[in-house]
Amino acid sequence: MIRVVIPQHLRTLAGVDGEVALAVASPVTMTALLDALEQRYPMLRGTIRDHATGRRRPLVRIFACGEDLSHERPDAPLPGAVVSGAEPVYVVGAIAGG
Amino acid sequence: MSSVRVLVGTRKGAFILTADGRRKDWSVAGPHFAGWEVYHLKGSPADPDRIYASQSSGWFGQIIQRSSDGGRMWEQPGSDIPTGDPAGSSSEAPLPTGESNRFVYDTSPGTGRPLTSHQWYDGSQHPWEFKRVWHIEPSPADPDTAYAGVEDAALFRTTDGGASWHELAGLRGHESGPKWQPGAGGMCLHTILLDPSDPGRIHVAVSAAGAFRTEDGGETWRPINRGLVSQYIPDPTAEVGHCVHCIAKHPSRPATLYMQKHWDVMRSDDSGASWREVSGDLPSDFGFPIGVHAHEPETIYVVPLKSDSERYPPEGKLRVYRSRTGGDEWEPLTSGLPQKDCFVNVLRDAMAVDSLEPCGVYFGTTGGQVYVSEDDGDHWTPIVRDLPAVLSVEVQTLP
Repeated sequence: MIRVVIPQHLRTLAGVDGEVALAVASPVTMTALLDALEQRYPMLRGTIRDHATGRRRPLVRIFACGEDLSHERPDAPLPGAVVSGAEPVYVVGAIAGG
Repeated sequence: MSSVRVLVGTRKGAFILTADGRRKDWSVAGPHFAGWEVYHLKGSPADPDRIYASQSSGWFGQIIQRSSDGGRMWEQPGSDIPTGDPAGSSSEAPLPTGESNRFVYDTSPGTGRPLTSHQWYDGSQHPWEFKRVWHIEPSPADPDTAYAGVEDAALFRTTDGGASWHELAGLRGHESGPKWQPGAGGMCLHTILLDPSDPGRIHVAVSAAGAFRTEDGGETWRPINRGLVSQYIPDPTAEVGHCVHCIAKHPSRPATLYMQKHWDVMRSDDSGASWREVSGDLPSDFGFPIGVHAHEPETIYVVPLKSDSERYPPEGKLRVYRSRTGGDEWEPLTSGLPQKDCFVNVLRDAMAVDSLEPCGVYFGTTGGQVYVSEDDGDHWTPIVRDLPAVLSVEVQTLP
């Protein structure tokens, strides 16, 4: 299972606490992971990726294994530690605003 | 006994204020959608317990929420979590249906228009980009039908209770579109006036393009800005480009429209075909909201602001101005409102009236106060003083 930590506002929308665990078919990429997340929690569609363009929203960042994956290719394989479930993927709202 | 439910959208969530018909003792519920901007909430005239809310954030975009019990419980229509394996599976879960927040401009050959560009702040052309829903206007007849005015300016409609939204692309596709431009708050469609006596007729207003009217339910539109004069644009009497802030009308006078423009309070008695200025003796004719008394079609309310740069009440005195003559002659309403050191703003969707007798008038401020007058505006009382900045106020009068 792939572990995902989503920000508090999206946890409230999805009605979940803590981490989300998702089964994602191989190859495990960011696109496949977010597809699975949105399929499980359809209320999150459009909140991480723009509905019209499918691109990551500008103030949403994605980290795993201490690395910023936000600008990686969406179809690039995720790190092995994520695929094995050892490390979660963090979806983070950038610090901004007041 | 009748009661009122006041729907308040703020920078940090939604609040619902309720009282019986005396409008003296108030209960405050909320925040709903805490931490999110709620530009607007509005109840269905056909089913007052059906309420739509526009929830948005700069991080996570647009959400549409719907309540079926008067605002106690909320759901994102069409986004029910699929049943099955609690952990979920991309290969086994049913196809999701969550499209309640999908506002995508219609560029299809059949019903849409090409995604053209509009004028940007620097005069260059800029493609239409969806940002948020500013205003939701439920149908007077059908709880499942509602209209959404969005930024960048366009009009969407749902006929399935908010589960899906489809653009009425004839408006954005109007030939004047490339001349539309954003105001300081963005290029928003903020006013939607439906006509219970003629379902085909809709008035909308866009900052900064102006007012538009359709007679065929949204297929085709015409600009209705003749008579508007805006000294801040290259052609002060242009067909489009005017920064209309708000339009209101009384249900018994469908052809009479009142407008608070960036500068100037205006009036039309021919459904917008022509306008005349009725600012009269106002201390400033700049402002955002305009409201019409529930029982007196010629009684209207504005909140003048000192501007163009300051945008707070003149002299630090918060005054609602009332005209009982449909404009031109105005009187300040000050009882109960701060008359010194007050520098709040009252935004375009932050004034509403109830339909009790006497008429209740409500407005919210960027300082977090929501005021009520239960006597046509003669006296005011704060219902709440310390909410986040108020973006919108709507009132439901319940039996």
